[in-house]
Amino acid sequence: MAELLVKNACVIDPLQGIEGDIMDIAIRDGRIVESVRNGAEVIDAQGFLTMPGGIDSHTHICGTKVNFGRYMSPEDMRAGRTVKRGKMHATSGYSVPTTYGNSYRYSVMGYTTVLEGAMAPLEARHTHEEFSATPLQDTMANTLFDGNWPVMEAVKEGDLKRVAAIVAWILEAVKGFAIKLTNPGGTEAWGWGKNVECIRDTVPYFGVTPAEIILSLVKANEMLRLPHSVHLHCNRLGIPGNYSCTIGTFDLIPDLNRNRQSLYATHVQFHSYGGSSWPDINSKAEPVAYAVNRKPQIVIDMGQMMFGKTTTMTADGPMEFNLYRLYHNKWSNHDVELETTSGIIPVLYRRKNLVNCVMWSIGLELALLVKNPWQCLLSTDNPNGAPFVKYPEIIALLMSRPYREKEFATLHPHTGSRVLLPSIDRELDWNEIAVMTRAGQSRALGIDRIGKGHLRAGAEADIAIYPLRIGDTDPSREYEKVIGAFRKTMWTIKRGRVVARDGEILVEGKNATIWVRPTVPEPYRMEQDPDFVRNFERYYTVRMSNYPVQHHYIPRNICIETEAVL
Amino acid sequence: MIYHDVLCPFCACLCDDIVVEVEDGRIVKVDNACDLGTHKFMSDEKLRSPMRRERGVWREVGMEEAISRTVEILLDADRPLLYGWSSTHVEAQGLGIRIAEVIGGVIDSTTSICHGPSILAIQEVGHPGSTLGQIKNRADLVVYWGCNPIEAHPRHLSRYTTYADGFFLNKAFRERKLIVADTRRTQSARIADEFLLVKHDADYAILGAIRAIVRGQTDMIPPSVGGVPKQQLLRVAEMCKKAKYGVFFFGMGLTQTAGKYKNVRNAIELVIELNRHTKFTLTPMRGHFNVYGFNEVCTWMTGYPYAVDYSRGLAFYNPGETTAVDILARGECDACLVVASDPAAHMPKKAVAHLSTIPVVQIDPQINLTSAFCELLIPVATTGIDAEGSAYRMDGVPLRMKAVLKNVHPTDTDVLGEIYRRIRGAKGCG
Repeated sequence: MAELLVKNACVIDPLQGIEGDIMDIAIRDGRIVESVRNGAEVIDAQGFLTMPGGIDSHTHICGTKVNFGRYMSPEDMRAGRTVKRGKMHATSGYSVPTTYGNSYRYSVMGYTTVLEGAMAPLEARHTHEEFSATPLQDTMANTLFDGNWPVMEAVKEGDLKRVAAIVAWILEAVKGFAIKLTNPGGTEAWGWGKNVECIRDTVPYFGVTPAEIILSLVKANEMLRLPHSVHLHCNRLGIPGNYSCTIGTFDLIPDLNRNRQSLYATHVQFHSYGGSSWPDINSKAEPVAYAVNRKPQIVIDMGQMMFGKTTTMTADGPMEFNLYRLYHNKWSNHDVELETTSGIIPVLYRRKNLVNCVMWSIGLELALLVKNPWQCLLSTDNPNGAPFVKYPEIIALLMSRPYREKEFATLHPHTGSRVLLPSIDRELDWNEIAVMTRAGQSRALGIDRIGKGHLRAGAEADIAIYPLRIGDTDPSREYEKVIGAFRKTMWTIKRGRVVARDGEILVEGKNATIWVRPTVPEPYRMEQDPDFVRNFERYYTVRMSNYPVQHHYIPRNICIETEAVL
Repeated sequence: MIYHDVLCPFCACLCDDIVVEVEDGRIVKVDNACDLGTHKFMSDEKLRSPMRRERGVWREVGMEEAISRTVEILLDADRPLLYGWSSTHVEAQGLGIRIAEVIGGVIDSTTSICHGPSILAIQEVGHPGSTLGQIKNRADLVVYWGCNPIEAHPRHLSRYTTYADGFFLNKAFRERKLIVADTRRTQSARIADEFLLVKHDADYAILGAIRAIVRGQTDMIPPSVGGVPKQQLLRVAEMCKKAKYGVFFFGMGLTQTAGKYKNVRNAIELVIELNRHTKFTLTPMRGHFNVYGFNEVCTWMTGYPYAVDYSRGLAFYNPGETTAVDILARGECDACLVVASDPAAHMPKKAVAHLSTIPVVQIDPQINLTSAFCELLIPVATTGIDAEGSAYRMDGVPLRMKAVLKNVHPTDTDVLGEIYRRIRGAKGCG
């Protein structure tokens, strides 16, 4: 029996309502318990800030598209190299690190659970192979349904039960976690080099609209009783004036679930642009945040952009091609039969670029204008807005008005006329930061009930202890200290074991993959549906029997079983 | 016993509809596979036991001796090279990378002598691509450049292109146009709607001319480019622009002729240009069934697709310096582990000559030309026949290879896993 006692921890645990109490945390066999025997190993946290392990609810770290970002960018690999040392493998990469690079850097920042934002079902095995090489976090994958032919056909027929049944079959087959829609309908249109304008546009050939796809899947999601809601990357990403499309999308969404949101809208910074073209772009964070404030059924993440070099990668293929035509750098694209697409280009976000400065402001404005921190989670859409190693700076920006002012002074001189940021006084507190980096993610993903994101007895013993005493730190003034503390934990504990200590990785580790298995009634089992099977064999290039991901690929896993109500 | 939906371990088409009949532990019948695949399934010319050569004399040895001698050779080496990898599964490839990391060696795959230049071009300008099913369902124009699929990837046309009906093409053979470009009139050229007879080493100029035409710079094109008449170039450019969905496949006729990666870069930039007019994608015709798998696993583990040098403790990549041919030709390498490939049959003479002077261990189900240079031969199960594991199709679709026979020999994963375990033990990191 492995026992550990963390003494004198200054705990912030929003899901339990603990806001800075000094307490002991007892751990046995990887879980939080009420008490341990004398003689258990002891860590003295000396009153340092202690929180549940960080959770990233939207990041791109594993799978076909991420790996292609590495493959095509040796310059990015050279920009972030570390040598093999102790238990650590050699790593490469700055904005798209190798799997071990991601895993070590997240762990050093206290992150213990991550959700890959976009997995093409046909290429799921690849994502799972990389998950196995991401040993210090538990992993899960959003599964792309934005351009799924059988789903669009069922949506067209108005057969919601069939939509749910198809989703159930695919999620189980690919060991996915949640429904992801990236530019719904637009990815299918991209099969012909086209796109959709917004939610009322029609998808070529299939004759459905993004609005119909979104709403059908939001309802099907609840019929399947999935832990997470639909996870949406709205149409029109990155286009001036897109905020109205974003708000129009939010207006579609009914409130269907008492425990969590009915829609998770991701990287909303990229979807809150005013203006009609690049020269007149401005911030529309205020109306977007106002829409979120009125709608408890919506949770968003920031998608904060930070200055510097990074790589953009998304299933939004047409958007990436538009971006390529702006940057004229290099462009990769990968369309996946019957399902989705993806695109990748490297970018450099610059303070001298007015558009970039507006983007930077919008992300922060969203987090400061959404009143309830449970409804706006911290993310950069890693690595699209910035690599996740920038999170500590974002935390400090949210906690410190002086730091924002200091940064703002370095931006393009016209930024002030396009954004609201300078007029916002709000400074987030420690508890709000804890919500936006772990507790909120846990509730939004529906993994609080499997013991993630809190330190209640029975929870997974995933804990981050940061070298900072909240009692003697004024985050508004001492923002540099805040950045330093969130960059490197004193201890990161994963499943009851210390995995990182002062920036050093101490163990090899082994991830667990969280996935869902919705059970549907007999008549809705797609493997017995003649139409589904016939079309599968006719239009995919792999046999249906070879499509499902074998259990071999998820050696350690947590399966969330649900009973669908159809 | 009849097995359905078996994956073929020959080429990177990775056909997954093979029917294999097994009787008394032997494959007696193979359906749906091409001749190349069938031959691999039916072949029983396999090595029975590990072999060791000392002072020119071969003798059978036990697996224990074979593995402990391999470990000794690798630990003793100053500049070990771990080469091959294209015909085994991803899990074994990953172990190879682990071994290279722990001994500070160089790991490279057959990529560096086939589509290595394609990767260099992609690293400069990117890769607009798609899965093969996207092409099957949509493409009304197919280009094969510097490759001969009828002979090298025999089912490529029937599964993914010319003869494959798809969602938006009911009578694919009639609705789909085919363009072939090659230096000789191959089997594939004979069925093309347009065949560009390319002068040797003129690919770059011809691709550049088509790009120029697509950009509207028609006047600057001379009457003939690289043996292709201007009129034909104009026709081809127009076909490309008019297509609803075009695809550009290319082989080593483009990657290994004069210009090498610049040829590929020109092809990619042509495809990018065409995306301003219509939808166009590009796919390299990868050879071995899992050559792409090595590039994938090597990338997520090291950051680079091939040619990684761990001698300074970090992953260092510089094709031309850290590629297998170069390490051998410079005479640097002092021990070599060859897995699932045959460098002696494919590398330049100078590299092979050096290989014959150093200790070489080969892990392979079969004997090939390289075996003659080896000190040790370690027989293993054949991935896709008696060993399971992941493989990546030429378009990046990952699939799981099946085993239809019970294995007599250990798998690559077994053997490499044991070598890795012992090396770690010896290095004190076990």
